[in-house]
Amino acid sequence: MADYVQMWKDLGMDLESHDVLCSVLPTAVGDVFMTQQNRPKAMDFWDLVISEVHGIRPAELIEEQKKGRKVFGTFCVYVPDEVVIAANGIVTGLCGGSQFWVPGGEAVLPKSTCPLIKASVGARLGRTCPFFRIADMYVGETTCDGKKKAYEILGEDVPMYVMDVPQMKRPEDILKWKNEIAAFAKKVEEFTGNKLTPEKLNEAIKLFNEKRKALARVYNARKSECLPISGRDALLMMQIAFFDDPARCAQMCNRLADELEQRIRDGVSVVPAGTKRILVTGTPLAVPNWKLHNIIETSGAAVVCEEMCTGTRYFENLVDETKTTLDEQFMALSERYMKTNCACFTPNTGRIDDILRMVKEYKVDGVIDCSLKFCCLYDTEKYSVSRALKEAGVPILSLETDYTDTDAEQLRTRIGAFVEMIDG
Amino acid sequence: MKQYSIGIDIGSTCAKAVVLDAEKHIMERFLLPTGWSSVETAEKLKEQLSAYLSDAFTVATGYGRACVPFADRSVTEITCHGKGAAFLYSAPTLTVIDIGGQDTKIILLENGTVSDFLMNDKCSAGTGRFLEVMANTLGLRLETLCELASAGGGVSISSMCTVFAESEVISLIGRGEPRENIAFAVVDSIVTKVASQVSRLLQADGAVCLTGGLCELPYLRQALEKKLGRKVVTSSDGRYAGAIGAALLAWKDGAAK
Repeated sequence: MADYVQMWKDLGMDLESHDVLCSVLPTAVGDVFMTQQNRPKAMDFWDLVISEVHGIRPAELIEEQKKGRKVFGTFCVYVPDEVVIAANGIVTGLCGGSQFWVPGGEAVLPKSTCPLIKASVGARLGRTCPFFRIADMYVGETTCDGKKKAYEILGEDVPMYVMDVPQMKRPEDILKWKNEIAAFAKKVEEFTGNKLTPEKLNEAIKLFNEKRKALARVYNARKSECLPISGRDALLMMQIAFFDDPARCAQMCNRLADELEQRIRDGVSVVPAGTKRILVTGTPLAVPNWKLHNIIETSGAAVVCEEMCTGTRYFENLVDETKTTLDEQFMALSERYMKTNCACFTPNTGRIDDILRMVKEYKVDGVIDCSLKFCCLYDTEKYSVSRALKEAGVPILSLETDYTDTDAEQLRTRIGAFVEMIDG
Repeated sequence: MKQYSIGIDIGSTCAKAVVLDAEKHIMERFLLPTGWSSVETAEKLKEQLSAYLSDAFTVATGYGRACVPFADRSVTEITCHGKGAAFLYSAPTLTVIDIGGQDTKIILLENGTVSDFLMNDKCSAGTGRFLEVMANTLGLRLETLCELASAGGGVSISSMCTVFAESEVISLIGRGEPRENIAFAVVDSIVTKVASQVSRLLQADGAVCLTGGLCELPYLRQALEKKLGRKVVTSSDGRYAGAIGAALLAWKDGAAK
């Protein structure tokens, strides 16, 4: 491993605590990923990235900052990366996925806040994540009450810009989101000192469409009866996509998809024929949260799709590339982003349609609907998700969990019983 | 072909073992406290089962199922309790309520097969542990608590959390509330919690049965019947439902070999 200690020091990180965090990662990666048989060779890229997750990409970001580029940290798939890239900025995801950061978040937030928010705030305030140190500006959004109020606290420590996400999807809401994107673009122009042009924005739109298509190709391969990649590996790819350079992400995902498509032609599967296929839906799984996938895939089933922000919500639907003025492009962006179905909207029947469609597309035997503890939105939506699936005759298991490992055995029992149930 | 099948159910409080013969008659049933080590408990079970072990397939279930090295395989308690309940109570549609030491399970069976299930989340509200803690606080045995409860009324405990509910009980004791009324409130609390879980899976028709250690407390069953507005059946072997289910699955394994 390269030596990043000086870089972390320069970032003002708490090295002692950071060492503790880093010391558990190799074991977790070993247990979850390296124990798998017959992994796609192209996973070597993501194995390398995760083995130095606080080194490789942060070092790249710092190099770019030296050239005058600004780094924007985001927390949500609604924030349009295209606008930042068009102004020669860089985007990095910031969501915290480790229990390590939760106590730091609980020092300032109510205990009954979801672990993702607590971990994100803890990662910033505890100075134990380089991405949270590097980002020049945080871009938040009003997708839930917990985040809204947490951004006020983060805003005391770092420049913070919050986008106002509508709560409904009427035509006036799509127009409103377009105006929010335009306002964000203005902020980005000010902050980077670079003017947005329709040409640059069009280039950025195409860049992200290519990234989405590449991610979709990997997911398409997972629709095959002959399953060429485990859910764990696909999840890792998806999680890293939030941090990586978009062009390289597309390139690596296409490289992986090439191999997966070849595997399907050769009949190479990572699981025995007849292994039950699970669609996981619900709240996002931020790095290094692999608990759910690991338990499912060591209980005799395989995860074939994630209807999640760290999943299909990130790449489904493309932005119209034919628009030639900024105004039209902002509208095209709004139209694409507003197609994403998050539980923060009401009504949100589109998500149910998505899940039912994916059950068919991915040849799913059972759905596991899992939300993070204290996520009122996804937790409440379980009712309608579960009812729709039962009506469609699709087995459904609803779970709630957090980042701790204390419920691992209870989850293992529920998931094991669910797999036994659909196995008949 | 082996002559017997063995089902072992290592729960959080009690370990249960059942031996079936080829006609699926229960040859042997016994239980041991799980104590602090599932591994040691499994060893003790092994000694007591020595007469059958070499001539039997064995399936382990319960939360200690991974700690039974002499079992041929392990199966989750949902599947085993479902199979066991279907063996004890035959009905085309059966809702099984199993109130265990640390888990409460609601299992929906259709024609003897699990079609849906629910378990309490990782706290002890609505489990046997809740009753145990409250009985200890009141200085009573579980059986006595239930007997007293049948004569009480008029008080309720609002907290679902065992720790907070215990402080509520202590404040009820402090204000001189008769033990009968407190016992009533304790049972009412667990029954309310369990009934709200059951309502998520309860079918308009079909039978309801209670398994697990608490099915041996008649007042608890009656209180549950009242809350659900449905007849709730039990069996003297209800506590062994998981072990019976495991033994039935072991038979299937044996026949498949």
